[in-house]
Amino acid sequence: MGYSLNFSVVWRNFDKLWGGLALSLELAVISLAIGIAIGLVLAVIYVSGGRFTRMAIAVYVEAFRNTPLILLVYLVFYGLPQIVDIRYDATTSFVATLSIYAGAYLVEVFRSGLEAIPQGQIDAGRAIGLTPLQRLAYVRLPAMVRISLPALSNTFISLFKDTSIASVIAVPELTWGAQWINLNTFRIVEAYLVATAMYLVTGYVMLFGLRLVERRFQVARNA
Amino acid sequence: MHEPLLTIRDLKKSFGRTEVLKSIDLDVGRGEVVAVIGPSGSGKTTLLRCINFLETYDGGSVRIDGAEVGYTEGRKRRGERALARMRAETGMVFQSFNLFPHLTAAQNVMLGLTKVRRKTKAEAREIAGHWLGRVGLGHKAEALPSELSGGQQQRVGIARAVAMEPKILLLDEITSALDPELVGEVLEVVRGLAAEGMTMLMVTHEIAFARDASSRIVFMADGTIAAEGPPVELIASAEANPRLFSFLARFRASHF
Amino acid sequence: MLDAMIYALPFLMEGLWITVLVSLLTVSISLVAGLVLGCALIYGPLPLRLFTRLFSDTIRGIPILVLIFFVYYGFPAIGVDFDSFWAAVTALTLFKTAQVIEYVRGAVESIPRGQSEAGMAIGLTFSERLTSVIFPQALRRFLPPWINGVTDAVKGSALVSLLGVTDLMHAINQVIGRTYEAMPLYVLGAFIYFVINFSLSTLSRRLERRLSHVQA
Repeated sequence: MGYSLNFSVVWRNFDKLWGGLALSLELAVISLAIGIAIGLVLAVIYVSGGRFTRMAIAVYVEAFRNTPLILLVYLVFYGLPQIVDIRYDATTSFVATLSIYAGAYLVEVFRSGLEAIPQGQIDAGRAIGLTPLQRLAYVRLPAMVRISLPALSNTFISLFKDTSIASVIAVPELTWGAQWINLNTFRIVEAYLVATAMYLVTGYVMLFGLRLVERRFQVARNA
Repeated sequence: MHEPLLTIRDLKKSFGRTEVLKSIDLDVGRGEVVAVIGPSGSGKTTLLRCINFLETYDGGSVRIDGAEVGYTEGRKRRGERALARMRAETGMVFQSFNLFPHLTAAQNVMLGLTKVRRKTKAEAREIAGHWLGRVGLGHKAEALPSELSGGQQQRVGIARAVAMEPKILLLDEITSALDPELVGEVLEVVRGLAAEGMTMLMVTHEIAFARDASSRIVFMADGTIAAEGPPVELIASAEANPRLFSFLARFRASHF
Repeated sequence: MLDAMIYALPFLMEGLWITVLVSLLTVSISLVAGLVLGCALIYGPLPLRLFTRLFSDTIRGIPILVLIFFVYYGFPAIGVDFDSFWAAVTALTLFKTAQVIEYVRGAVESIPRGQSEAGMAIGLTFSERLTSVIFPQALRRFLPPWINGVTDAVKGSALVSLLGVTDLMHAINQVIGRTYEAMPLYVLGAFIYFVINFSLSTLSRRLERRLSHVQA
């Protein structure tokens, strides 16, 4: 025992944690946005595509869902520049990795959302003479968004937590901030206590916010 | 004059602020078949569920063979084991069958026999075979509920209840969830049990069946027993009872 | 490229063994703890229910990486000292336990109320209803997500490399440190993880399809 908590050094370096949290959120939001784009496009292609396209998309999805994120982060940051001529900083590299990783999860979310739409709704769209593209835009996508919203919120929270892995390539997000305080002050317990509390509070505030949005959405849709 | 089998006195039950049962008194004698009818929300199903304590009640008493079901004499809730033993004295058939989906028809019947009645597997299997035969499903003993039609499932439900040799059988709208063409086969089984002297209390919407198969009809409205009597007399008295009349009037004449 | 892979393979196999060991320990301890706490969450007295809910929500709200550091650096400060291997196993087990609690809750709550009532009606006691009626049915709903969730333990185990535990991930980085051939090794490592996890998730999907037939 004999360890007495002393938070003063943490408060003195709080900007590292605060800035880290901001970057964590930024990483999560950008990756979610790119992931949604990837997921949407591939999900639509998947449900209307042929055997070969489906297969190719399934390979992408399974490959990324079944590999540890930390390995993908290393692979993209350290491995990829060795064999192709690209250069990027750690943050860009991480955003790219997390986006593709998120995309693999979101394809599944959107695909099952699209497949959960009752055939009757699509038939109704057909009956009033909508073209396939119009049916997609006015019937299938809006219905899919409603179905997928809870899973989308969960993915966002997961991505926010996953940003902690960016610390392994020294992206200055929240976990890195805690590590920085540790290296410079050796108050490691305090640093992680505060960082953990920040993850928890932010995560749950986001969760409650998103649940509220979902509920508003449901009411508006059902009315 | 011997005691009625089931004695309900001043039974009261509320869900929050709504009084579902307002001082119910009801006796059911041995071998009697009593049908409970009434509009939905009148408290029929709640009454039935209080009798085997699937629902707790706020006041009054429910006795089977003189013994209070859910509470000890000091109105303390019975312990888990004692309560289970009391419940085994009443059989219940549910509107939605509630068969155990992971067990075959025979295993559904055997579960209570082995766990509660402490029969050996072999004895239980024999009893299950007997009762499945009685409900016309001897050949479906090894079928899972998902492989049976609604009517067949409900007949297994009846076999499961009567195999326990309950003192009284409670039937809760047992044909309401069935397609019309499957109702007959289930009612036929109930008719057979009645003929053999099984004591039954059944909540039902089948007025014609209630009239033909029961010795007494109880009409419930707004948590009270609004009228009761032998079927023919009760139906004849409807003209003098506006609530009963308007309830019965919804059934087409062909039901009678 | 192939040379690098062949050179690395024996090292990777040693690492893989640690990955498997960490995953097995995590999965089996969390299964027991999660089943017990899951039942506590559903059937326990109110204080126990609140404690379990708080435990699960807190653990699930913390990134695994942070949880691992927290246990490794934080526990010695309160007098609990363990080496990096057991710190890693403890942290991953906490994380998995919270997951298992939620699987148990989901599985048990998916059983319709009528099942319990039918059990009561034939005179089964509470514990008899659990063992004969609820658990056999809940098991079918628990197994597919649980097996699929084992992949999370395997993926999470790659983070123990950050504590210096020589698992597959760490072995890969060590070999890269000697050969400077990053890409082939990362690809090889990814492939090994993929084979393990894809087998698990495929098994989970198969099982789910099989069991949904029985359930109806």
